[in-house]
Order: sequence, then C-alpha cells, then structure tokens
Amino acid sequence: MISVHVKPFARYREIISKNMIIMELPKSSSVSDLLADLILKFPELKPYEGIMVVAINYEYQEHNYVLRDDDEVALIPPVSGGK
Amino acid sequence: MNQKNNHPRINVGITDKKLSADYSIKFVTNNSSGAISTFLGNTRDNNLGRTVKFLEYEAYETMADMKLYEIANDMLSKWQISKVSIQHRIGHVSLGETSLVVAVSSKHRKEAFSACEYAINRIKEIVPIWKKEYYDDGEIWIGSQTGVEFSPIKKDI
Repeated sequence: MISVHVKPFARYREIISKNMIIMELPKSSSVSDLLADLILKFPELKPYEGIMVVAINYEYQEHNYVLRDDDEVALIPPVSGGK
Repeated sequence: MNQKNNHPRINVGITDKKLSADYSIKFVTNNSSGAISTFLGNTRDNNLGRTVKFLEYEAYETMADMKLYEIANDMLSKWQISKVSIQHRIGHVSLGETSLVVAVSSKHRKEAFSACEYAINRIKEIVPIWKKEYYDDGEIWIGSQTGVEFSPIKKDI
C-alpha cells in the first residue's frame, strides 16, 4: 500500500471540510483510482470527477498519472476569474 | 526548484498585506529601460448583476509562488524585457483594493505592454489562486468566467 497527502482547495476544501487528508491506496494506483475513492467518501465531489484538475508535488498531471508513496496531491478547481 | 530569491531580474510573491504598485515599479526600474508597463487588478463592487460586498482569495501558496516564477521566467525568454515583478494578494480584500500587481520594464514600450498582458492571461490559467465573492445573500467561488474549459496542462507552452 501507499499513502498520499490530499490537499483540496476552494470549493473542494469546503466539501471535504479539511485542509489535508491522507488516503491509502494499493501500489500503482493512478489519480483516477484516488478520485474514485474520494468520491465514495465524499459523494458531493461526483459532479467534478471528469473536470477535476490535480497537481502532484506542485506540477499539473493527467488522471492516468501513477501515484507514489508520500505524493502530495492537490485538488485544483478552476482558478480565479476576471476578464 | 524555486529560484525566485536569487534571480536578479525576477520578483514574485504572495502576501496577505496590502499591495504597493510603487514597490513593484521600484524593483523593475533601471537606467537602461525607457518603458515600464504596469497592471493593477482591483476588486469591484459588482459581478454578473450582483452587488459584491468583499472578496476572499485563497492560494495553494507553494505552487502559486512557483507558477508565478515560471511565468516571469517565460516572459524573460519570450520578450526583450529587463525586469519583472508580480505580486498577488490573498485573504480578505475590500472593494476597490488591489489584488494583483504586474510591472515590466523594457528598453521600448511594445515589449513591456505585450509581456504584461501575457502575464495576466497566464496567471489566470495556471496559478492556483481562487476568489470567493460575498454578496448580501450568499457567496460564490468564481471560476473561469470565459466559458473555456479549465485545462492548465493542455495550455502549458
């Protein structure tokens, strides 16, 4: 098993009600696997599943990214607007 | 990874204090630059027909700092500019106050104008900072208002 630090921001932080949670996953799990687990715990995240942007250790990554032990996974909503 | 403190031509930062355009202008000013372009992003009292009371900005600070630095570095490689300062405010921001300052210096004005506009657009695409607008009857996180799908990975150049 591996464990990753999940940091949700803005709307996602309000849904999860915490600044950081630790999630345990089988080895070789992808971001998609993590999101599926998170949605089971926090069903309100479901509408965002397809559009959720993640950063792993401060870099944007796709959902097929394979997680490693101790990764910091930020859940990133659309950034602040303005025209 | 984060070299912002040792690059003599770049000054970026995130703060919960009031921003000063003078501070950024002072950083980019130098004797060989004849042009300085500045942009101030201010909070306004209305959005989408609703009256805004105040705003709160939230950042993923470590990454936001890194992305601001990355943008400044891109500007130096794309344009013939001298120095760049980008400061973003977070936390509670009252109406009419400044939440973003960009200052760019260059020999001639065209480069500074273009680089400054690039910085603002890019900040909205890839820097993890969010704002929440507070109204008399509620509050809303403001995302992309352009209707364009938010995809910072695809937009990376």
